Amino acid sequence: MAIVIDKSQRWRVLAAHLALILLCAAVLFPLLMVVSISLRPGNFATGRLIPEHISLEHWRFALGLPVRAADGRMVTPDLPVLLWLWNSVKVAALSGCTALLLSTTAAYAFARLRFTGKRVALTGLMLLQMFPSVLALVAIHAIFTRIGNAFPAFGVDSHLSLVLAYSGGIALHVWTIKGFYETIPVEIEEAAKVDGATPWQAFRMVLLPMAVPILMVVFLLAFIGAIIEYPVASVLLRHQDHLTLAVGSKMFLYEQKYLWGDFAAAAVLSGLPITVVFVLAQKWMIAGLTAGGIKG
Amino acid sequence: MPQPSPLRRMLAPALAAVAVLGALYLVTLVYAAGETLLAMTLLATTTAALWIYTSPRTYAYRYLFPGIAAALIFVVFPMVYTFTIGFTNYSSGNLLTFKRATAYLVEEVYRGAGATYDAALFADGGRVRLRLQDADSGALFSAGPVALDAGRAVAVQARPAAGDAPEAGQQLPLKALIASQAALKRLSVTMPDGSLVRLSGLHEFAPVRLRYTPNPDGSLTDQEQGGVIRPDWKTGFYLTADGRQVQPGFQVPVGWGNYKRICTDASLRQPFGRIFLWTVVFSALTVVFATSLGMVLAVLLSWDALRGRSIYRLLLFLPYAVPGFISILVFKGLFNNNTGEINLILHALFGIRPTWFSDPFLARSMLLIVNTWLGFPYMMLICMGLIKAIPADLYEAAAVAGAGPLTNFFRITVPLIRRPLTPLLISSFAFNFNNFVLISLLTGGHPDFLDTTVPAGTTDLLVSYTYRMAFQDSGQQYGLAAAISTVIFLLVAAICLVQIRTTHIAEEERR
Repeated sequence: MAIVIDKSQRWRVLAAHLALILLCAAVLFPLLMVVSISLRPGNFATGRLIPEHISLEHWRFALGLPVRAADGRMVTPDLPVLLWLWNSVKVAALSGCTALLLSTTAAYAFARLRFTGKRVALTGLMLLQMFPSVLALVAIHAIFTRIGNAFPAFGVDSHLSLVLAYSGGIALHVWTIKGFYETIPVEIEEAAKVDGATPWQAFRMVLLPMAVPILMVVFLLAFIGAIIEYPVASVLLRHQDHLTLAVGSKMFLYEQKYLWGDFAAAAVLSGLPITVVFVLAQKWMIAGLTAGGIKG
Repeated sequence: MPQPSPLRRMLAPALAAVAVLGALYLVTLVYAAGETLLAMTLLATTTAALWIYTSPRTYAYRYLFPGIAAALIFVVFPMVYTFTIGFTNYSSGNLLTFKRATAYLVEEVYRGAGATYDAALFADGGRVRLRLQDADSGALFSAGPVALDAGRAVAVQARPAAGDAPEAGQQLPLKALIASQAALKRLSVTMPDGSLVRLSGLHEFAPVRLRYTPNPDGSLTDQEQGGVIRPDWKTGFYLTADGRQVQPGFQVPVGWGNYKRICTDASLRQPFGRIFLWTVVFSALTVVFATSLGMVLAVLLSWDALRGRSIYRLLLFLPYAVPGFISILVFKGLFNNNTGEINLILHALFGIRPTWFSDPFLARSMLLIVNTWLGFPYMMLICMGLIKAIPADLYEAAAVAGAGPLTNFFRITVPLIRRPLTPLLISSFAFNFNNFVLISLLTGGHPDFLDTTVPAGTTDLLVSYTYRMAFQDSGQQYGLAAAISTVIFLLVAAICLVQIRTTHIAEEERR
């Protein structure tokens, strides 16, 4: 695009490559280091980036298999990484479904129906998003303690309490889905209504099938959001077996009990799938958002 | 369209009726459990749902109701509730509601005068037999069999046992005895001489009486020491006649008390001011560093002469894709003073081992380094999008006029993306203002100030300070923490207003 190619351009390109490579190294260093550390023997081992001795003890620990301790005994790991991962996935899947249920219908009302208070409700939802739930932790804790007095299944230290606490944060999802609905011409639904469909049928049988790509994107966003959520989960979950990964991972790096190598294995084990999903979803999200409902 | 069959037409109202009845049953249960507020919320939600799903005038709201109700109950209500808690003395010392504190006191017992008995328990089917031995005279009594139940009071009559005759059944081991303590506490045994004994130690029964009896005026009469204790609505404790507080305390409104403490109590005001300052500096510097780096990278990656840009972009995007809780903890390990890789490298290169976690300045620098690492990819993506929108002929004209890359950057790129970027910078500032996860996972707020009574850290942000106050090392001061949270709410609201204004300006510019 540049019309005039300077002599200095070659040097500038080289310098840019150099700078970018250095920066990429700085970005990758911690990530590669973790993989390396997870393969080193012992929790205080140091060494090169490519370990000389490969030991799978940390991976056995992360997978919950018995590990040979320093004194030769076989010990079962005391931190249930796989259970935490399962808890995280369970909570995230449930909150993803809740978010979908709550936001698809609300977005439909905002995109297609006329009612009083629409503008207020829309801006209100958006403003709510500005106040992070970490500011209301005391109240959330108090509320779920009280709910637990009546229904222990929904009280503090239950996974359902977490799903409930996350269910209110749908503002962004509503906006995303609403934006997608608005790209679909109203005429399609109106044609269905002319054929005798009720608004509910027009929504359920005409609009919803066309919105599947955006619904999957929203599900993924809500899913990832719930997996990486830390503050509310750290307040609501207590018992070690109930923790999610985000809360549990912290227990590896206490000063009295510093399980650096075991943490590295657990971090790779749980972080890799989430990262891959996120990178894929990111590409796919843009594709989902640009693909409209008007095709053929 | 064919008419639906009568069965189908009846289905919806029938289901609605069942749902309403079920909800009302739940409300009654919750109310009976003493959670009036929760019962009212449930009742209000049920009523609203009933109205919205039956009245034809509220059709649009049928779609909105579930989502809006969830947002109101789990987002708006906690905020309002935070403000309310900020006006109470809710803390570990005043944990219970008045009702529950009173119930606790009324159930409290004391040991009266009379003989004490050593108890042994024997299993007898699903029930137990007791053998009680008078600790002074050695006389033996037996009672039961009786079914223990922690849920209700159980009474049993004891009778003199015949000499050393062994009790039937297997004696319960200590472990089982400990496990059934709660149930044993509800057991009262009437001895042959008419005295009433209850569990007073691990396996000791003694005449035990209820300590407090309620009076009609709300006070409680102390049966053990005499006198009357009365609830004091100022401090949230029952007080004896000479002003002594009786545990447990209960929650009472204290008006502006918490806010007064923040403003006037020197041990709170000082750390509050310093932490507020650090919070602002931290969020501002994070935004500056992350945006500068992100913007430069965006410009570089928009440069057509550069090859392999998509690979660079993917690699540089990674910090954004890795879950935050994992990368922050990874950095915690890498920065470790003794075994961390960063110090190993620094030691090998320069012979230094900075104490990242115990020196306030270094700890703060570490936070900024990590947060820049975490934050620049987002800024990079945003800036790349904005740069794409700049017409290419501007650069061509600049090239014709002989402008270098620096001139391009400062005279064309920055001025053109500054306005649309501003609202995003402000929301990034607001986000980092409340970046609890980073602080909590990396430093936990440490190292602490040495001159404060309430623990406060040199790297604490306002949110992590309130979190520590409420849930960690300062005695669960929920009321005070809620008051500070309210202050943060107001600050965030102010930032929010500024952002709305700048967004409007950016939108008007675009037109």
